Amino acid sequence: MLHLTINGLRVTVPEGTTILDAARSADIPIPTLCHHPKLTPYGGCRLCIVEVKGINRPVTSCTTPVAADMEVATTTPAIERMRKTILELILSDHPNDCMVCEKAGDCTLQELAYFYGVSDNRFEGERRCYTGKDHNPFIGRDMEKCILCGKCVRVCEEVQGVGAIDIAYRGFNAKICPPFEKDLSCEFCGQCVSVCPTGALTGKAWTQRGRQKDVREIDTTCPYCGCGCSLTLHVRRNEIVRVSSRDDTINEGWLCPKGRFGYTFVHSRDRLKTPLIKEKGVHREASWDEALDLIASRLSKIGKKHGPDAIGGLSSARCTNEENYLFQKFMRAVIGTNNVDHCARL
Amino acid sequence: MKSSLTIRICMGTGGIAAGGADVMAVFADQLATKGIRADIRKHCSIHKVGCRGLCAKDVLVDVIRNGDKTTYQYIKPDMVERIIEEHVVGGNPVQEWAVGEDYHQFHDKQIKVVLSDCGNINPEDIDSYISAGGYSALEQAVKMTPAETIALIKKSGLRGRGGAGFPTGVKWEICRSVDASQKYIICNADEGDPGAFMDRSVIEGNPHAVIEGMTVGAVAIGADKGYVYIRAEYPLAVERLRNALKQARERSFLGKNILGSGINFDIRVKLGAGAFVCGEETALIASIEGLRGMPRAKPPFPVYKGLWGKPTVINNVETLANIPHIIRKGAEWYASFGTEKSKGTKVFALTGKIRNSGLIEVPMGIPLREIIFDIGGGIENNRKIKAVQTGGPSGGCIPAELLDITVDFESLARVGSIVGSGGMVVLDETDCMVNIAKFFLQFTQSESCGKCVPCRIGTKRLLEILERVTAGKGRLGDIELLESLANDIKATSLCGLGQTAPNPVLSTIKYFRDEFEAHITKKKCPAGVCRDLLSFVVLKDFCKGCGACKRVCPAGAITGERKQTHAIDPEVCVKCGACFDACKFKAIGKG
Ligand SMILES: Cc1cc2nc3c(=O)[nH]c(=O)nc-3n(C[C@H](O)[C@H](O)[C@H](O)COP(=O)(O)O)c2cc1C
Ligand code: SF4
Ligand code: SF4
Ligand code: FES
Repeated sequence: MLHLTINGLRVTVPEGTTILDAARSADIPIPTLCHHPKLTPYGGCRLCIVEVKGINRPVTSCTTPVAADMEVATTTPAIERMRKTILELILSDHPNDCMVCEKAGDCTLQELAYFYGVSDNRFEGERRCYTGKDHNPFIGRDMEKCILCGKCVRVCEEVQGVGAIDIAYRGFNAKICPPFEKDLSCEFCGQCVSVCPTGALTGKAWTQRGRQKDVREIDTTCPYCGCGCSLTLHVRRNEIVRVSSRDDTINEGWLCPKGRFGYTFVHSRDRLKTPLIKEKGVHREASWDEALDLIASRLSKIGKKHGPDAIGGLSSARCTNEENYLFQKFMRAVIGTNNVDHCARL
Repeated sequence: MKSSLTIRICMGTGGIAAGGADVMAVFADQLATKGIRADIRKHCSIHKVGCRGLCAKDVLVDVIRNGDKTTYQYIKPDMVERIIEEHVVGGNPVQEWAVGEDYHQFHDKQIKVVLSDCGNINPEDIDSYISAGGYSALEQAVKMTPAETIALIKKSGLRGRGGAGFPTGVKWEICRSVDASQKYIICNADEGDPGAFMDRSVIEGNPHAVIEGMTVGAVAIGADKGYVYIRAEYPLAVERLRNALKQARERSFLGKNILGSGINFDIRVKLGAGAFVCGEETALIASIEGLRGMPRAKPPFPVYKGLWGKPTVINNVETLANIPHIIRKGAEWYASFGTEKSKGTKVFALTGKIRNSGLIEVPMGIPLREIIFDIGGGIENNRKIKAVQTGGPSGGCIPAELLDITVDFESLARVGSIVGSGGMVVLDETDCMVNIAKFFLQFTQSESCGKCVPCRIGTKRLLEILERVTAGKGRLGDIELLESLANDIKATSLCGLGQTAPNPVLSTIKYFRDEFEAHITKKKCPAGVCRDLLSFVVLKDFCKGCGACKRVCPAGAITGERKQTHAIDPEVCVKCGACFDACKFKAIGKG
């Protein structure tokens, strides 16, 4: 363990901890834009700079490991001035259209601009100008809002292992894009959307479906497969308008395309809400009691006439382990056959 | 004495561009037809050599006849016949084509260590290098302990020539001390500064020196693999380097069991795609690893965690080319050049408004004035010197008042500039300092990797402010805004590129603030460079009404009857300056 002081406060952390993590463990806030606790430190936004006694220039706390007896100051007038300069620079190349931005109210950049009171900007000049060409139904990219924090690139490479995007071009023209600036063609897991600190990456499904303040967040388990990822449904007027996942869950906040974007079926008009019984080639709605009675009587009739092995059961990967256990138990103990399988093997 | 003949033809990139290959072919051809055998190595040879610095006088040819050397300048293929006729055969050098006083003056105050063999030996022939003492340092080094080699380099005081000036021996020592199964040594030949060609000339002129220096380094730190990271825009250097590597392997200076010592070391060539930032060591490593060339935060430094996470020494070409000389001639010898803290010599690319521009090597601590006026021969057209820009886009401007400072790491840093990799641009009274700052910023701005905010957006905003100042749209407070933003960029950028990019702006403001003010408040460019701030008028008292100006004006801005005073309509004038050049009576005023 190493001892250091941050803003005069004594802090003890294990060797190898960054200054940022040490400060956060002591509840001392440091602003960040490109840092993500689960991704490799990057050092790109430069907002997390702090002063360290004995080092004659500011250091980025997200990339600098602590040393014994380090004396760190996180908010000196010089540091705050430089942070404000950095924010002014970012906002000098930003559409600043928060009133219509999907991310408003949930945007790290907006929040920092608010806390640092960046209303008059000393800098103005050319802005990047891009025409979007996203034909996929999942991820919307508005790269004029991108601050090049690189989180999307890292999450795609380090967490998803796909590497669908990287930075192209140099200097002011640097830009995140797929190879040769083609349209996005990836797994559409949306991990990038979940880490983007601005409105540059959003889910197309939740465009104009409601601001965060009108939303109730309901935690649940994803119904798509047996992994059982935790979901947080964002519900507005009894409608799911967005899905996210918290990072303290079993799946650490990461989701797949189905879990993140495949929720619109819930409110589909075509969705079956009652069992249907087919009579003379036509389906009619029925109650659960009626349907289950019919199934039980037919199963026993078939069993009696042809023997239990005339019956087979197929279960689903979308069921829980408990449900699948019960199903095979039912087939073996009640029906009396080993003809039971599961769609994941098909 | 037995009669002998050596003909050396400059065939660096400069020499080839001037037609060196044709000159060489004609020499070979005509000697053959004259029956002079040019292929008996010992007594008669004709070969290419690398750059000797004064490319402006290419093609340069040395004819050494029975030990007497005459150097010819500006040689074209059709001049060869007379040289052979009169000099080679007749024994009378063609004096009118020989180099003049300025050629000798250019070389007199130089001390050549790194460049000592460039221009003499044949860079494509390992024997030529060996006969000049080459690879004897490696032979010595494999018999020394690594600790002895490192102690020797430390004692010589050699500091990195790539820009930062870090003591080379110390770097090697740290890397040596790190415990790891695999280590690397990398030669940084990315040389991306605009106008710099020091490293290119060294590799083109003497590639074996770099290979030998690198191998000595590898033996000292315990690396068995090395890379030369060289820009693909240097095709001749790459070709000569590859050729030299092949030859070195054949002679057991590289490869398995070097010189029977049991030590293995080999070098691979990695081509860079011409990004300035890839000269920064962590970006260079990323580039070799196949990633985007983008710097990362240090620590960890490459000597601890470098290429593929292994301890790695990165040295500049010139740094490594010094090593064989230090091993051969000793640390004391090397340390006898230079100042207390800056030892040895440094190669500079001297350019700008100077009479003899070219590549020079001078002892550290030489007064700047001597470089400009003795070696460089003073300013072109006898104009007044205004400043010297050193260190390229990371450096600063030294005003004429400070010409008496010495050139070494410490004293240049004291006046707000740097030695850097060795760019030296001489500026005279016709250069606008705001424009110079703008030029360098255009470069750094477009070469920023884009990773961090202050460099990516900050340098763009700096450039835009400078653009509006030179366009006559500068505002009060712009100088202060430039200074404030420049200082914040320096303090907060991730790598050396961003941390130094504002230097040209800050140093020009420091020494030439009045020029900035003139642009902003008076809307005038004192040097008459910034076009938007120029106005052209006909001076009544001188105008003869000849109409020359009217005829050349592409915009039709000039009116006037013959023999009457003409007039320029400022609304129509596009400020091209054609009238100024056309008027024989100096009747066009510019200002
Ligand atoms: C933007 C940038 C560009 C650089 N370009 C070069 C280069 O072209 N060649 C070089 O030798 N060093 C370059 N350097 C310096 C290297 O990072 C490194 O310090 C050097 O290669 C170390 O070698 P030395 O100790 O022998 O000087 C550059 C540094 C920065 C920040
Ligand atoms: S798209 Fe978002 S996550 Fe990706 S670099 Fe831009 S701001 Fe960062
Ligand atoms: S300072 Fe410039 S070149 Fe260096 S990392 Fe930052 S953006 Fe890239
Ligand atoms: S959070 Fe440290 S540089 Fe961005």
